[in-house]
Amino acid sequence: MREIEYREAIREAVIEEMDSDEKVFLIGEDIGVYGGAFRAYKGLIDKYGPERVVNTPISEAAIVGAGIGAALTGYRPIAEVMFIDFTTLAMDQIVNQAAKIRYMTADRLNVPLVIRTQGGAGRGVAAQHSQSLEAWFYHIPGLKVVMPATSYDVKGLLKTAIRDSNPVMFIEHKMIYLNKGPVPEEEYTIPFGKADIKREGEDVTIFAYSNMVFKSLEAAEELQKDGISCEVIDPRTLVPLDIEAIISSVKKTGRLVVVSEACRRGSVAADISAMVTEEAFDWLDAPIKIVAGLNTPIPYNSTLEQASIPHAADIVKAVKEIVKK
Amino acid sequence: MANLSKEAKIEMLKKLIEIRRFEEKTVQLYQTAKIWGYLHPSIGQEAIAVGACSAITGDDYIVSTHRGHGHCIAKGANLNLMMAELLGKATGYCKGRGGSMHIADTELKMLGANGIVGGGIPISVGAGFSCKMDGNGKVAICFFGDGASNNGVFHESLNMASVFKLPVIYICENNLYAISMCSRESVACKNVGDRASSYGMPGYIIDGNDLIEVYETVKRAADDARKGNGPSLIEAKTYRWGGHHPNDPGAYKDKEEADYYKKEKDPVANFKKKLMADGIITDKDIDKFEDEIKKRIDGSVKFAEESPEPELDRFLEEVKQI
Repeated sequence: MREIEYREAIREAVIEEMDSDEKVFLIGEDIGVYGGAFRAYKGLIDKYGPERVVNTPISEAAIVGAGIGAALTGYRPIAEVMFIDFTTLAMDQIVNQAAKIRYMTADRLNVPLVIRTQGGAGRGVAAQHSQSLEAWFYHIPGLKVVMPATSYDVKGLLKTAIRDSNPVMFIEHKMIYLNKGPVPEEEYTIPFGKADIKREGEDVTIFAYSNMVFKSLEAAEELQKDGISCEVIDPRTLVPLDIEAIISSVKKTGRLVVVSEACRRGSVAADISAMVTEEAFDWLDAPIKIVAGLNTPIPYNSTLEQASIPHAADIVKAVKEIVKK
Repeated sequence: MANLSKEAKIEMLKKLIEIRRFEEKTVQLYQTAKIWGYLHPSIGQEAIAVGACSAITGDDYIVSTHRGHGHCIAKGANLNLMMAELLGKATGYCKGRGGSMHIADTELKMLGANGIVGGGIPISVGAGFSCKMDGNGKVAICFFGDGASNNGVFHESLNMASVFKLPVIYICENNLYAISMCSRESVACKNVGDRASSYGMPGYIIDGNDLIEVYETVKRAADDARKGNGPSLIEAKTYRWGGHHPNDPGAYKDKEEADYYKKEKDPVANFKKKLMADGIITDKDIDKFEDEIKKRIDGSVKFAEESPEPELDRFLEEVKQI
């Protein structure tokens, strides 16, 4: 199967949906000739023109608001917020407007809007450009939260997001854009709420999403050498969450390590941990371990930056604390 | 009065009365705790809602505010559904989930009242993009207040609407108070309308209590927008008769100023006088209209009171899907 870059997979998804539905359009900063900050939109303005690739001033609240208004009036916009750190500037529109309009109007109005953004550390771009803020959006009823790790996942999930008539926070990771992965030529979509077992195993379940999937797979390879068989489960969408798949895996392995690049405090990881404790306590043979980012703004210095987020070695250590072999 | 037939003027008067009496009724209901939470009546500001909505068509959009009952009614909202919503009933516009600040109706192209000051302003940019892309001459009106004009989203939105020449009519209802903050002290320019030049769009500063002036200005801005000339900013100067809400006595307001507006600048009384002076209606007609409207409003209260509450079980089931 051909292997394409994560950002190319995004581009393909966007092209397929824009070709098949004239109501889909793009709005965001530097998405015209510049092709988007991570070049996911390369060439799109030439293909679709400035009416459907709307290159805006730096106005996150107006960008998201424009997305909402267009979504309310028959269009299916994809609004981009260049860094998830900048969603702070659009929070009213995301949280008080997009997330709530369908509910508050009892379905009279709905918001088929995709907000594409990206986060994550490792690029050395420091505290205001490296955050993992999914917990904020996970916590807001009315928002779907999608965090694809692979090229295959990002393409299928983005198509689903565009077709969904609800607001979707589509959170990519800056360190993944150039990763290549297999993507079929034929059209496909991936439903929300369906986790993916990225690696099957027997001794421990490792729950990970986004860039942490790769660190977990690395850890699993390492652990295999010591005879520890890890199951790596990637939820792909945090809301809706495929809790059944996670519970199922935990019932099989009896042990769970939850990995989160986002800092531990108030993390999605903490909620997953609590849910599994509530629903599968009797199947757990050891306490749940959380491997998370440190509670710190991300430093500029590379060593300090790397120390602030989890790596394969941290995951290996956590697994070994609960799997005695 | 350009191009307005007698019938049109009478309809506009009826709408003014309808809004006034509906709002008065909601204040009564609020004071007897039949309506709870927040209620922001638009008494004193009716001419803006009616003048503006009369100047556009049923296919054009409006984006409203927390003080939006008048906008809804002027756009053609059903009083029964509105009242039921205010009483939190299952038959309300939003099945009791939204309340006063979140009424919306897609058929009426009413994109929602809004509980966040300025919350609708960025949304109107999107409605503008939509109208532009649809290419059929539709426009969007964005209502907001003097307080919202100081908020960051006002700047982003008017700039963006102007840069993309979107067909949006920005109408600032300067009723002099954002809760207790007087706009004379909060707006750095002499007039909110002066801000238009910062965004490269026409600015109009008008008497918001003069129904015809509102109508004519909005019509002009709408025609401009339909031609592709982009957005306009209209500052309609008016006055909020009550406090921010019924439990706010408005102690911060100047009594003389309040009396002046209520006596001399009452948009409903003044339009009545105008139509009588022009020989279009008589005292008897007004009594008849008031009577009809009272019946309809009382009817809406009855409808709301007799309507069922939303089903709790159904809510608990639906919540699982969110």
